[in-house]
Amino acid sequence: MPTNDYVAHAVGYVDNEGPKIVTSRFSDPDSYTLDRYEATGGYNATRAVLQMNPADVHSQVRDAVLLGRGGAGFPAGVKWGFMPPIWPRYLVVNGDESEPGTYKDRLLMERDPHQLIEGCLITCYALGLNTCFLYVRGEMALAQERLARALNDAYAAGYVGRNMFGTDVGIDVVLTWGAGAYIVGEETALIESLEGNRGMPRLKPPFFPAAKGLYMKPTIVNNVETLANVPWIVLNGADAYKRYGSERSPGTRMLAISGHVNRPGVYEVEQGKVTFRELFYGDNYCQGIRDGNELKMFIPGGGSAPWFFPEQLDLPLEAADVGAAGSMLGSGAIVVMDETTDAVRACLRVVRFFARESCGKCTPCREGTNWEEKILQRIDDGYGRLEDIDLLLDIGSQISPGNYPTASFEAEGLEANPFPPKQTTICPLGPSSVAPITSAIRRFRHEFEEKIAASALTNGHHGDADHDEHPEEVSA
Amino acid sequence: MSRLSAANVLLAKEIIARYPRPKSALLPLLHLAQEQDGYVAEDAMEHIAELIGVTAAEVLGTCSFYEMFKREPVGRYMINICTNISCQLMGGEELLHHAEERLGVRPGGTTEDGMFTLEDVECIAACTEAPCLQVNYRYEYHVDNERFDELVDELARGSRHDIPRHGTLGRVRQHLDPERAAGIRAPESTGEPQWYTSRKPKEEAR
Ligand SMILES: Cc1cc2nc3c(=O)[nH]c(=O)nc-3n(C[C@H](O)[C@H](O)[C@H](O)COP(=O)(O)O)c2cc1C
Ligand code: SF4
Ligand code: FES
Repeated sequence: MPTNDYVAHAVGYVDNEGPKIVTSRFSDPDSYTLDRYEATGGYNATRAVLQMNPADVHSQVRDAVLLGRGGAGFPAGVKWGFMPPIWPRYLVVNGDESEPGTYKDRLLMERDPHQLIEGCLITCYALGLNTCFLYVRGEMALAQERLARALNDAYAAGYVGRNMFGTDVGIDVVLTWGAGAYIVGEETALIESLEGNRGMPRLKPPFFPAAKGLYMKPTIVNNVETLANVPWIVLNGADAYKRYGSERSPGTRMLAISGHVNRPGVYEVEQGKVTFRELFYGDNYCQGIRDGNELKMFIPGGGSAPWFFPEQLDLPLEAADVGAAGSMLGSGAIVVMDETTDAVRACLRVVRFFARESCGKCTPCREGTNWEEKILQRIDDGYGRLEDIDLLLDIGSQISPGNYPTASFEAEGLEANPFPPKQTTICPLGPSSVAPITSAIRRFRHEFEEKIAASALTNGHHGDADHDEHPEEVSA
Repeated sequence: MSRLSAANVLLAKEIIARYPRPKSALLPLLHLAQEQDGYVAEDAMEHIAELIGVTAAEVLGTCSFYEMFKREPVGRYMINICTNISCQLMGGEELLHHAEERLGVRPGGTTEDGMFTLEDVECIAACTEAPCLQVNYRYEYHVDNERFDELVDELARGSRHDIPRHGTLGRVRQHLDPERAAGIRAPESTGEPQWYTSRKPKEEAR
């Protein structure tokens, strides 16, 4: 078992003694109560904001360059400006956290619900809207409970609802939750779900939420962590915020580092200041790979992100640098895999996730992710064929067109792994399933080939398409 | 089992009132039905359809999309083992196999005594504590085979009072007192809030 100096009541959170913008209360056992929140300066930001011009509040956040923490990293202040002058308009908080490897929004909701509520109130005020829906993932019972209690307390105290803090301002925050569907984390699917429908994404354009969102009205969808930063920003100012992190990505990020490290955990880390190497090996962070093993690969930003390898260890944790290197920081989910990891099985597991979670609206994703899973499964089960490798890449190219790392492409000097991916689908879920496949095949093609060759030996087959029958046969 | 009880109808009406359109209350009401009966019964879906003014088919359409809604009775305890990547790396699949043997069911199956339903699930946002699982959506971290057996014993003995039976999620509900609510804006309403208009600098006011 790894040794973990966790904060006992915030399981997973590791205090690395760096600056804390969103995790400042995590060490208090009663951090989720209104009393503790107020004792540590809580709701002062809202009080101050209610005296300000809403447009100035918006400018503060825009000037702070608060990048969205839900995956795409779009600046919140800019997105807020996309709403046409149409009312009513809505704020929807995305607390559906379910990207493989991601663990941060749940902590923020369980450990500091009032901070999130304050972020919602300030955002509503800045944008002149008075209804916010807080959509929590269905499986997160404790987060729902803590937020419900926090909202009841805040309403009773007169901090939310009609005549907030004795002013004429009225903002409602409504807690609601999902029922188990990863795709509902996609913002337009989240809106469908909030309208009581199956959680299937809408086509963008035209259905960009800021223009045509909930009930076809202007709607801002922001991630939990994004909004949790807002109270600090308005209280301390954009300039103070920009003193943390890097110029392009100010502030901190919550990163969950899981897998084969000695001290996995959720760390609040200044953006751009730390490299992956420091994060994995540093004393303040993960303290090395387990058993002194070698690093084989890592996923830098959730299951949808293309994989990185030891040569990318010195990249800083900065969205632009990671993007330029062909992957993404995504939702702050870093999964570390050591030399003992079977690349085919890891790839299969991530692809299986997308196959199970495809909403079924578009054919390339619905069918393609299933084929991908079945083919990977038969390779792993010992029924693989040599041409399966190129078949996987071919299916991938139909979900996400581009140049793929087939042997011939590389020989022709074509660039492999298009990123960000192109898509033949409505949303990026389908294309996300291709990232692990191209990553694994490009780097570990020999492992696929060895598995196929070994299966031919142990099963008395010949790696020959005409003879080998997997129990769950698939042809594409 | 059945339609919503009288007490739950009152709750349902309170929930419907906080959404701009009744159909938005559909997921919360399905959760309410599941809390009442442990699963979403057909009669409950019909009742919900009446309450929000849609057809029963629409309710079923939405209900069947979401994995957490069970349309057949399940065990008192739903044990969901994560086998996604971070947990796989730390032994999640081995844990699942152990659970299958211990409970004598495959994922999706329920033990004969109706106590346990086993599921293998996708990432449950506890990846740093792998391998992990949820019992009725309450977490258990770093679960090895021994710990799993202990857990099953605890549950079978009824000594886990912290875990309610299947269907109950958060045990605190939001109560939106109409006296205190600002008033949910229906999409048909127009115009910016009064407080917003009065606080904008004059030159920006339309
Ligand atoms: C398949 C898919 C799943 C997503 N899941 C989540 C999620 O669980 N949580 C989240 O905040 N954003 C998720 N997103 C991103 C949202 O669509 C949206 O961009 C985000 O909530 C915007 O918030 P932000 O600008 O504050 O980051 C997902 C996107 C896709 C395509
Ligand atoms: S890409 Fe997949 S998940 Fe996204 S809309 Fe299409 S079918 Fe649904
Ligand atoms: S991978 Fe198991 S909890 Fe995230």
